[in-house]
Amino acid sequence: MLDGFSAETLARVQFAFTMSFHIIFPAFSIGLASFLAVTNALWLWTKDETYQVLFNYWKKIFAVAFGMGVVSGIVMSYQFGTNWSVFSDKAGPVVGPLMAYEVLSAFFLEAGFLGIMLFGLKRVGPGLHMFATAMVAFGTLLSATWILSVNSWMQTPAGYGMNDVGQYIPLDWWKIILNPSFPYRLVHMVLAAFLTTALVVGGVGAWHLLKDHTGPASRRMFSMAMWMLLLVTPLQIAAGDFHGLNTLEHQPVKVMAMEGHFESHPDGAPLILFGIPNQAEKRMDYSVEVPKLSSLILKHDLNAPLAGLDTVADENEPPVAIVFFSFRVMVGLGFAMLGLGLWGGIARWRGKLYQAPMLHWLSVIMGPAGFVAVLAGWITTEVGRQPFTIYGLLRTSDSLAPVSAPAVGASLISFIIIYFFVFGAGIFYIMKLMSKRPRVGSVGELTDAPTRAATAKPIIHGSSTPSTTA
Amino acid sequence: MFGLELSFIWAGIIALSVLIYVILDGFDLGVGLLFPLSKDESERDVMMNSVAPIWDGNETWLVLGGGGLLAVFPLAYATVLPALYMPIILMLLGLIFRGVAFEYRWRTTRWKPLWDVSFFGGSLVAAMCQGIALGALVQGIHIENRTYAGGWWDWLTPFTILTGAALTVGYAMLGATWLNMKLQGRIQAHMRRLAWPFAVATVVFMGVFSLWSPFQNVEYFNRWFAFPTAIFSFLVPALVAAAVFGLFQGLRRHWDIIPFLCAEALFVLGFIGIGISFYPFIVPSSLTIAEAAAPDSSLMFTLVGTLVLLPMILIYTAYTYWVFRGKIDPEDGYH
Ligand code: HDD
Ligand code: HEM
Ligand code: HEM
Repeated sequence: MLDGFSAETLARVQFAFTMSFHIIFPAFSIGLASFLAVTNALWLWTKDETYQVLFNYWKKIFAVAFGMGVVSGIVMSYQFGTNWSVFSDKAGPVVGPLMAYEVLSAFFLEAGFLGIMLFGLKRVGPGLHMFATAMVAFGTLLSATWILSVNSWMQTPAGYGMNDVGQYIPLDWWKIILNPSFPYRLVHMVLAAFLTTALVVGGVGAWHLLKDHTGPASRRMFSMAMWMLLLVTPLQIAAGDFHGLNTLEHQPVKVMAMEGHFESHPDGAPLILFGIPNQAEKRMDYSVEVPKLSSLILKHDLNAPLAGLDTVADENEPPVAIVFFSFRVMVGLGFAMLGLGLWGGIARWRGKLYQAPMLHWLSVIMGPAGFVAVLAGWITTEVGRQPFTIYGLLRTSDSLAPVSAPAVGASLISFIIIYFFVFGAGIFYIMKLMSKRPRVGSVGELTDAPTRAATAKPIIHGSSTPSTTA
Repeated sequence: MFGLELSFIWAGIIALSVLIYVILDGFDLGVGLLFPLSKDESERDVMMNSVAPIWDGNETWLVLGGGGLLAVFPLAYATVLPALYMPIILMLLGLIFRGVAFEYRWRTTRWKPLWDVSFFGGSLVAAMCQGIALGALVQGIHIENRTYAGGWWDWLTPFTILTGAALTVGYAMLGATWLNMKLQGRIQAHMRRLAWPFAVATVVFMGVFSLWSPFQNVEYFNRWFAFPTAIFSFLVPALVAAAVFGLFQGLRRHWDIIPFLCAEALFVLGFIGIGISFYPFIVPSSLTIAEAAAPDSSLMFTLVGTLVLLPMILIYTAYTYWVFRGKIDPEDGYH
């Protein structure tokens, strides 16, 4: 079925496919874990039951999403060895320790406290339960920090040397961890996760408001999400801008592909709004451009010269079209989110936040937009780095494991079938949970769909297990 | 010299995390293996509930095994995983099916049986593949020029099938004794009965494995009978005998905790036995611990944090087990 594809192509498709599925879940659970910590804290603080309803409502959704994140993540951690073994041998001494720290400091923290967060309220009491919830949220953020440091090192390597068997060896750990693109990538990704979650929470709130605009829990979640969008989208756009400037400094070829600049522009480069990159002929077809704007954005000077892909050897160019389009999808969605946030702000200001069907419909439609933007952003980043796995140092074609094409083909097909089936089912269950209306006055576990929480009670009722919920 | 020592400390830490993985995830994979032997849905509910709050933590030790290996023995990571391509991928797919079942099962009534099957099937495939991977390592892996140089089906031999079956049966024994400890009443008695055949089979498999593996590689034979390891060589079988005795005694007298602990002890002893055979290789007869080690700066950097974080992990993991201690109440179903 996949005859004729090289082992390298198949391995790349497999990596991209499994990674793209994995990133969907963390992008959501990083934001949702923090949201849960906040709602739980607000509940303890204000004693407002609405927050508790929100916590119990989103907790179940979190559990399903988190489970999918974990199992798809375990695949990732072994795939470096199964499919990219030469990369692992060479870069292991540098990136391996960072991933080990991710496991030790983040994954164990999440996994260790997740059980208490989901099932432990009655056993440990509200204080320790809050602590566990906060630890899970903290763990997801730590996890993102370490893995983004790894990824950023692959984009902008620093602080390394090389030994006589051809391995990259660490010389300066601070330079490795805090490599040039890391701070930008971390900020941009964490904000992306918060936005993704805000859009989902807002979309669900809006959906229920459309049916009944009086529900206190729906109102509360919609309002929180709209605040988040209004405040975070501008930050995200600014962060993206800084990120791009940093990329221009360290990975100029990626920016040429993002901008679609096949030619150099010695006196001010245009911003290409749209066009169809024609890499074979090295030109942009049907382009719609604004003169000199690209130089203004990237160099803060209308007439600054910008080099183009004509200065780069063909075998060092990434696939331009993918990078060009995915970048536009991300930026386009970023501005759409800004628009939604502003609309929400205006509606709130006019006191119509909960009686604005058009706004609610748009929120529902934009619910999944964060995922699309995250995927588009990552495709820009990763494809823009090609043809290298470690930018400028190690080619993708030299990173490959000695696995034969039929073996990779077979695993790729299995991943595709199984991921669509298993994660498709999970997404369906999440949607089912989301379609239930959150109700104040019938708190969580007792009336909703069965949770395991209720069944995991001890028979020996310990003396130190204060019971708290309604 | 110092570098040598660091790599040996690391070999110890990696071995420890693999061991912890096996004794923890072993019983929760075992619970999955016993699913088809349960009588009805309510039994399956309690069985799953007994591991629901802890399975994720258990599985994280597997991630540490992989991530840790990449960090400190990158060459071992880069040669073993391609050599075991098929069993590793199958194991990962198995873990997906069983991992998602924990949540999905409660989200549907129509498809609940499907996720029951997925929980069992995933556990079975994962257990089999882990056993096969172990067998393939014992068999030895062919490495040339820092890459795997064998074929795609080298891992599949009668010996690896044996190790796959052995580990699966052993996990089922762990699962049954765990459930004997966590459950009560009719279902506890049922699990206690089930523990018998699995325990007997495990002991038989351990014997066959011990007799067969020296034929895989004479080195193993020599190591067992050379001083100073010879002392352990006699100690390990003696302790195995004691654990087996405790296990059967505990089952006969309907003790709750002893059978589980003895079953785990069997795993620990088996693991030590394999450790004796492997030493000083990390990939038998092709890569020694020292050869596979990352540069000292990587080992040192990772060690500093590990020495702080690992004890903390052990503490809060123990705390979680403590929070969820005691019997699960089957009557206390969800409303
Ligand atoms: C909700 C998600 C989201 C939104 C709205 C945006 N981005 Fe983004 N972007 C990401 C989510 C993201 C990401 C998934 O987080 C990426 C992938 C890798 C990374 O570091 O962040 C990313 C990468 C990324 C890169 C590539 C950097 C590199 O690889 O070197 C640039 C230049 C930008 N972004 C710039 C922007 C700009 C100018 C935006 C303004 C509208 C924007 N992003 C909105
Ligand atoms: C932070 C962790 C990440 C690391 C360490 C990483 C590393 C890698 C590696 C080793 C490859 C293989 C080289 C290749 O196939 O071209 C790759 C490719 C790729 N990755 Fe990532 N990646 C990360 C995150 C992501 C994410 C989150 C996505 C989300 C969509 C992604 C998307 C891709 C894609 C699309 C490719 C294929 C590029 C191509 O074939 O042209 N990566 N990445
Ligand atoms: C190739 C790169 C990656 C690898 C090898 C990887 C590995 C893993 C593993 C093994 C897990 C399961 C942890 C557990 O057992 O609890 C996991 C989960 C997770 N990963 Fe990844 N991951 C990668 C990329 C990313 C990226 C790019 C992010 C975010 C920026 C991320 C964030 C998370 C988070 C927050 C979790 C917790 C589970 C969840 O939230 O769904 N990972 N990852």
